[in-house]
Amino acid sequence: MSTESALSIRDLRVTFKTLLGNVQAVRGVSLDVQPGEVLGVVGESGSGKSVSFLAVMGLLGRNAVIEGSAKVGDTELVGANQRTLRKVRGNNVAMIFQDPLSALNPVHRVGAQVAEMILAHHHGMSKDDAAKRAVELLDIVGIPQPEQRARQYAHEFSGGMRQRVMIAMAIANDPKVLIADEPTTALDVTVQAQILEVIDRIRKEMGTAVVLITHDLGVVARMADRVQVMYAGRVVERADVHSLFHQSDHPYTRGLLASQPTLGRERLSPIPGAPPNMLQPPSGCAFRVRCAHAGPECAGAVPELIQVRRTETACVRAQELEALV
Amino acid sequence: MLRFIVRRLLWAIPTLFIVTFVVYCALRLATNPLASYARANPRVAKDPEKMAQYVETNGLWPGFGGYVRGYFVWLKGFVTGNWQVSIKGSRPVWPNLKIALVNTIRLGLLAVMVSIPIGLSLGIFAALKPGRLRDTAVNTGAIIGFSVQPFISAIILQLFFGVQWAKWFGEPLLPTSGLYPPGHQGFDPVLMLKYMILPVIVVSIQSIASYSRYMRASLLDVLNSDYLRTARSKGISERRVLVKHALRNAMIPIVTLAALDIGAIVGGLIISEAVFDYPGMGVFFLNAQSNGDFPELMPWMVIITSSVILFNLLADLAYAWLDPRIRLD
Amino acid sequence: MTEFQELNHVDPPADLHHDDSIGVLQTSLSPKRMAAKRFVNHRAAFVSAIVLTMIVIFVVLSPITTRYGINESIFKAEAGRPNQNLAPFNLAWFGTDGNGRDLYSRIIYGAQVSLMIGLFTAIGSVMLGTLVGGLAGYKGGWLDDILMRVTDIYLALPLLVVLVIVRGMLANVEWVTAIMGDTSSVRFLVILLTVVGWMGVARLIRGQVKQLKEREFIEAARALGASSSRIMFRHLLPNSVGQIMVALTFAVVGAISAEATLSFFGFGPDAGSGMTSLGLLIRDSKRAVPPGYWWLVVFPGVFFIILSLCINFIGDGLRDAVDPKMQQEVK
Repeated sequence: MSTESALSIRDLRVTFKTLLGNVQAVRGVSLDVQPGEVLGVVGESGSGKSVSFLAVMGLLGRNAVIEGSAKVGDTELVGANQRTLRKVRGNNVAMIFQDPLSALNPVHRVGAQVAEMILAHHHGMSKDDAAKRAVELLDIVGIPQPEQRARQYAHEFSGGMRQRVMIAMAIANDPKVLIADEPTTALDVTVQAQILEVIDRIRKEMGTAVVLITHDLGVVARMADRVQVMYAGRVVERADVHSLFHQSDHPYTRGLLASQPTLGRERLSPIPGAPPNMLQPPSGCAFRVRCAHAGPECAGAVPELIQVRRTETACVRAQELEALV
Repeated sequence: MLRFIVRRLLWAIPTLFIVTFVVYCALRLATNPLASYARANPRVAKDPEKMAQYVETNGLWPGFGGYVRGYFVWLKGFVTGNWQVSIKGSRPVWPNLKIALVNTIRLGLLAVMVSIPIGLSLGIFAALKPGRLRDTAVNTGAIIGFSVQPFISAIILQLFFGVQWAKWFGEPLLPTSGLYPPGHQGFDPVLMLKYMILPVIVVSIQSIASYSRYMRASLLDVLNSDYLRTARSKGISERRVLVKHALRNAMIPIVTLAALDIGAIVGGLIISEAVFDYPGMGVFFLNAQSNGDFPELMPWMVIITSSVILFNLLADLAYAWLDPRIRLD
Repeated sequence: MTEFQELNHVDPPADLHHDDSIGVLQTSLSPKRMAAKRFVNHRAAFVSAIVLTMIVIFVVLSPITTRYGINESIFKAEAGRPNQNLAPFNLAWFGTDGNGRDLYSRIIYGAQVSLMIGLFTAIGSVMLGTLVGGLAGYKGGWLDDILMRVTDIYLALPLLVVLVIVRGMLANVEWVTAIMGDTSSVRFLVILLTVVGWMGVARLIRGQVKQLKEREFIEAARALGASSSRIMFRHLLPNSVGQIMVALTFAVVGAISAEATLSFFGFGPDAGSGMTSLGLLIRDSKRAVPPGYWWLVVFPGVFFIILSLCINFIGDGLRDAVDPKMQQEVK
């Protein structure tokens, strides 16, 4: 399976060295994304979902220590030198970010920013050709009057249009993997749907593997083929999207589902408590301090993902809890 | 753009009126021109008729109404070129003021040419490795630079390069006062440059300190921005990330700052000019002030404030030119 | 409201919690403890605090730490044994001045006066500046406009020019002189420096208050119906304490430098009674340059640099410590 993966991550660990101590933001994450597939990565703020992928791209600060393995095709990215990373970034793996206004350079024309992405990986190409290609890309992502718009600046665009620019930039070199980090969080609901549509169309047409990082389960339900749920720097549950929504076995995933508003349900049940302090993550299962079903066995070893019913779940009591549901 | 410039220039006119009026009142209060005139010309002071005449021609009436009327008398003379003459010896003011202005601009521009490149390089050097030794070194150096007051560095440099050097090696390494050796005639840029070395160092110490701090802060801001992360995610070279994205954006506030800084040159070098006896605006001000010479001080202040207002406008224009988010109309 | 909640209001949560890129950091340290930790971590500031404390102890204990009286010659000059302008030796560690007085002792006396001027001026300027800046920032409107315009002009002009002109104005108005004393008195200088110095503080505090005003917890307090004065004194002021401390520190060094600059040009306090200040000592060193009495130049100058360096470092450390952005800074 992993041989054909577009992106394959094994036991990724990210630690930030800070004034207060070492923050263990990611503590052993593994995943595979296949071409043409959408993998949803879900979790609360600080669960390590964005950090994992920024680490893969080599975009974290100097204070981040990254261990494990992340491969795009045959290229190992963890510990790779800058030259290797540069060849992969924007070429094999492209990323779009949460806030397109701050993610675009305010003083460069939009078209030039897209063209820069093309030129970075097509060394022989002339600037004029790159500019023409940039206009085509803006057209592909659905920006009207792309020729005029290419000459404008980011602040002259609406939020949705800016995100389209980011997508145009990301797909410029036909990447194998597109990492979308909360691509719709900063946008209006109606615009959200349009942006998701653009991403979906590109996946279909170009066969791109998409990693969709979000805390919005609605987005996941709509877009993803498979889902990984992250908590406190680890994957706690993994399944295809249907199984996850209907037969999840991890108490945290269930808590997340129960805290989502749904038509017909009268009360939301939020998960009590707050995410743990990643300076000193709790022993055993990190969720046990907030878990209604926690027992003494949960404080033991850190639970690994095991197949329970239709999902892979990192919960030592998953088998027992099955009976309770 | 043109409309903005015209509008701002039109705005500058009332601003100048208000500022010069405030300055006029402040200077009249501070220098007491009539008493100063009497002090400088004891023989005239004995003649009440001549004193009354002096009050009338120069508009030195007392009271607020007198100040307002006096301001317009002064303004009319100033605009039409009939400037009031100095109280001592009734000399015209402009010839000396012009020489002082040229000398100060010369010194100031030289200091700017020295301190901006050095300061900015240090700031960039520090920001590229925040928290590391070089960053701490530049930061600490900048604070030391701030703490070295110009009058202290000036006299220590004078002592070292002038007096002590002469004691050790027979003659001073660098001249420590004036613009030329006494009795020198004509224009000699090389000789002048030699006389300007020490004053430029004194002015540059604090300037370099502040440019390095601003540059560091501005660049760090940009380096931590989302769009720089986007730029890195494109796979372009680190050099291109730094030059095309980081530095281009970080320079916007620096250019504005530099414009304001250059505008402040004409009145801002008083201390080093005074210590090194450099015949510029600062020495002109101190002499006029000690004589209570209102007719000399007033044009001096007008030049200072006009320069500040003009360079404010230039700073705004530079900002708009560099940052497409700023719209001028 | 209970006391506990009140205490919590004073320290709004650090921005850290919202930053996804660093992971959730729920620290057990309160923001104040964090600030203290950052200050100690700022090594230069910490060392400076120790050095400054030592200087202050020396100055306060001047009867013990000085070796001669303020106006006392180190010994009686005789033919063949003059006491003036002597290079450092065991009777006078920093040498003697043109009157045969011990420079070491006079630096301590001078530092006493300079620090006093600095402290009184700083307290005056910060009180006035906080009041005006706080009101302008909170109320906005015409008060804010006037403050900004007036301080714009002030900041545009060279400080020395402003000081000299304002000094001339104050000296020429009779009723002002009655309050402030003679132009060469220390009181006059403190008032002059306060009259000029508050404007910088006011702008700083104005900015801080304007920023705080938009924060959620102030909006919440307003929504709950808290009165303006309650918001100002219970929320805005306590939350600005850090900035006010920073302003106070830099105001001290600003005032000391301004005193020295004025003294250097002969606008300082009067030295007639033998009284001195660091600025006056540095002014006297001008005369020591041509004959090469290096000690009269080097010791007061270097002492002054060290003193302002310490205060600047402390201010820098404080600013870093109270700046929420710095919480992510990595060591």
